[in-house]
Amino acid sequence: MNRSELIKMMANGERISSKTSEKVIYLFINAIKIALSKGEKVTISGFGTFSIAQRKARKGRNPKTGEVITISEKKVPRFKPSESLRQAVE
Amino acid sequence: MTKSDIVNKIVEEMGLLKPKAEEAVESVINLVKDTLSKGEAIILRRFGSFSVRDKNPRIGRNPKTGEEAEITARRVVRFKSGRHLKDVVNK
Repeated sequence: MNRSELIKMMANGERISSKTSEKVIYLFINAIKIALSKGEKVTISGFGTFSIAQRKARKGRNPKTGEVITISEKKVPRFKPSESLRQAVE
Repeated sequence: MTKSDIVNKIVEEMGLLKPKAEEAVESVINLVKDTLSKGEAIILRRFGSFSVRDKNPRIGRNPKTGEEAEITARRVVRFKSGRHLKDVVNK
């Protein structure tokens, strides 16, 4: 399922217009993005938690040339599903 | 940040009444949840994708007691962040 299908399904019940659906999904995702970019954790009860993990710099190797290179440290987004989401997919 | 902060942001930006914004946010969450529970993936461009994966049973160990126990086969949710989100968090 992609974004436009999600918007369609959300607006299906007539209680929420497709314009509203689209804007809500946009703001929802954007709010998570902004918080994560500040290194903040986002807890969505009934769904899960988004957080940032720090990866240390490490040595890597170019598999083609065998050359050793340094991979710089970076931040990666993480998602931990809540108990209720875990049970829903089981 | 929590769900209610997101609801407040939607109220501010869209001028929706709070109960309506709450309903809309719950609706997004429930649709995503229902889709995953059917085993279907959700792809949100410029954010990431959620999918479900089947895990085989395996032997695990209680890290406290050292006791071995079987971890049953299960279905788990996986989130893969998109290129854009990865870039955003490293800015």
